[in-house]
Formats: sequence, structure tokens, C-alpha cells
Amino acid sequence: MLQEVARAATDLAPLAKLGAALAASIATIGAAMGISKIGSSALESMARQPEAAGNIQTSMILAAAFVEGVSLFAVVVCLLVAVG
Amino acid sequence: MKNWKYIVSLSFLICLIFTLPNFAKAEDEQKEKFNAGEVILEHILDSYEWHIFTWKGHEVSIYLPCIVFNEGKCYTFSSRNLHENEFYKTVNKTNSEELVFTIPHEGDYKGKIVIVNADGTQKRPFDISITKNVLALFISCALIIILFYLVTKAYQKRGEKAPKGLQSLFEMLIVYVRDDIARKAINEKSVDKYLPYLITVFFFIFINNLLGLIPIFPFGANITGNIATTATLALFTFFITNLFGNKEYYKDIFNTPGVPWFLKYPLPLMPLIETVGCFTKPFVLAVRLFANITAGHIVVLGFISSIFIVAQISVAGGVGMSVFSLILAIFVDCIELLVAYIQAYVFTLLSALYFGMASKEEK
Repeated sequence: MLQEVARAATDLAPLAKLGAALAASIATIGAAMGISKIGSSALESMARQPEAAGNIQTSMILAAAFVEGVSLFAVVVCLLVAVG
Repeated sequence: MKNWKYIVSLSFLICLIFTLPNFAKAEDEQKEKFNAGEVILEHILDSYEWHIFTWKGHEVSIYLPCIVFNEGKCYTFSSRNLHENEFYKTVNKTNSEELVFTIPHEGDYKGKIVIVNADGTQKRPFDISITKNVLALFISCALIIILFYLVTKAYQKRGEKAPKGLQSLFEMLIVYVRDDIARKAINEKSVDKYLPYLITVFFFIFINNLLGLIPIFPFGANITGNIATTATLALFTFFITNLFGNKEYYKDIFNTPGVPWFLKYPLPLMPLIETVGCFTKPFVLAVRLFANITAGHIVVLGFISSIFIVAQISVAGGVGMSVFSLILAIFVDCIELLVAYIQAYVFTLLSALYFGMASKEEK
């Protein structure tokens, strides 16, 4: 009886999928916070100095790509856990 | 009829309401249930055949050749023999016994060709088959070679005159890579050494990303979303950085200036950190490109699959859903165009930065 309960308790595959889904959403929150900070500071500095708007826009897109890349590492790990 | 837009959107919303009464209906035994996860994975992953479309339940696909080596002997056969769970039995060239090939659906070798031994165990042979991604690579490389050949011919013909047509498009991008990526990151003396590789990698990634977004044959295979392709590109960057790095570069790794001595001796902490960094940088390049492109494809495929999921409940609901899904899918496709360019730019920029750090000149 105790062995059956122990076996059912250690069948953690559904828990792994739940963990993967939660982790993917937490990673999205991190990416959203980072990219919004980048966007807001870029807009502020473009308003201060409109001549540098082109430079600032390029740097903003570049920094956003890096931040998004980091969150996609988390997504890749979650995908590996969910289907493997 | 000023208000026709409202009437049209309202009627599509009413179509969605048709999904409600059908929840009580029993499952149709004959129709196959639409498995969204399976369909999405089928479009992302590599495969031995290129499935073009399904006409009235009959699949139209190109069965690509499988080339495997077993015990030094080469066996080639069409993947039609292995389509849908079938076994391909042939004669083993070394001992004239029966050799059975198949593609298992679960286990370690899921989706790959294995040899089934007499006692049921599976062995993975040396496999250099022409799969969907390999064929797509051939097609896209042929396209890139043709495009660049036309551009160089135009330069030879037109000499000093202003560029025209295809030449002006490519000149814009090549000059951008040369001036804003390479010359900013690498010092003047060594730029020309690294420039051919940087331009090649930029156009390879950009054109392959764009071709992966076109759903029509012969494009539409997920090339840059394959970890093997991106890992190869990152390996090139890694080898070029480390083979052509000068003494300054290696001194910065093993004997970093400005760091106190107790971090280098007796326990070489700083060299260890620098060496690990040296390996993670190309690894991160590979995973960034792979994850961005694959995630974009999965999102678009998910939107299109949602139409079929709702259509299973009711056809009218599917019609209503398809309007919203298509609008969202087009929006995400526009983001994917931006991501295609940005990922090529970021890969090239980071490669140029690593080359610049490896060939820094002492002032």
C-alpha cells in the first residue's frame, strides 16, 4: 500500500510540465520588464535631444534584441522539459 | 453604407457564437482529431520527406533519398520505403543477411533512421541522408550564389557608374556591414581579413531567415531554426577568433592585466573564468539565433492551428476565428521580418566584436 502511494507520488512528469509552463511565463515577465525599461529611457533621451534620435533608435533595437535573446534561452529550456 | 465595417465584424463575431451548441455532440469516430502540437512540431523539425500538401486525404510529398553507412558499406534508398511506420528490408553487403531499417516513433532515436537487429535492439548507423533541411540549404545557397554572381557582374559591367537595380540593394547592405559593423568593431589594419566572412554570414542568416517565412515550396523549411546550422555558424566564429587571435588576446585570457595575483596563482580562478567565457560566447550566439527563429515560427503556426482547433467544434466558428487569427498571424509575420534582419545583424555584430577583441592593436 505504501509502495503504491510512493510510486504515485514520485510520478512527477505532470509536475514537470506545470513547472515548464510557469517558468516560460516568468521569463516573459522578465523580458517585458527589461524591454520596457529600454524603451522608456530611449524615448526620454530622444525627447531631450531630437538630433540623436537615429543613433538612439538603433541602440534601443539592439539592446532589445539582446534582452529578448536571454528570455528565449528560458523558453528553449522549458520546451525541452515539456516535450522530453 | 458607412457602417459596413461594423456589420462585417459583427457577423464574424456571431459566427464565433456558433461554437457554443456543439459541445454536447458526441466525438466523430471517422475524422481524425486535429493534434496541434504534432502539426507544429512537424513544421519545425527536420524530416526525411518534404510534405507539400494533402489532397483529399492523399499526401503529396517529395520522398528524399536516405544515405546510410553500415560497417563501411553505403546503402541508399528512397524514404518512401520508410513512410509511415514501414520497414525497409535489404541485404547486408558484408554478411549477406537481412538488414532492416525503420524510423521509430518513440525512444532515443525518435524520428531518425535505425537498424533493427535480430534481437530487437536498435542501432543508429552513420546517416548522411538528404533531409528536408539539407535540400532547402542547397536551394537557398544556389539562390545566394546566383544573386551575388549577378551583383558582381553588374559591378564589372557598370564600372564607376551609379548602381542600378539589384546591385543597389546589395550595395546598400554590403556597405552597411562594412562601415557600421566591421569598421566600427575591428581596427583598421585587420578589417579586410575578416570582412568576407562577416558579409557571408550576414547574408546567409538574413536570406535563410527570410526564406523560412515563405510557406510555399521550395522555401519554407526551418533552416536557421535548426540548432545544427546555427551551431556550425557559431563554430566558424569560434575557430576564426581563436586561430587568428594575436598574443595580446591570449595574454588577456591567461594573464589578465589589472587583476590581483592571488586570483591567478595558486588557484587560477581568472584564467578559468576567461576560458569558460571564451566557450560560452559562441554557444550563446547559436542558441540566440535558434531560439528567436524557432519561437517566431511556433507563434505563427500556433495562430493558424487555432483556426483548425475551433473549426473542429463548429465550421462557422472556424470561419469567424480565421479572420482574427489571420490578422494576428500577419502582424506576427511582420515582426518576424524585423527579427530576421535583427538576428542577422546581431550575429554579425557580435562576431565582429569578438574578432576586434582578438586582434586588438597595442597603441
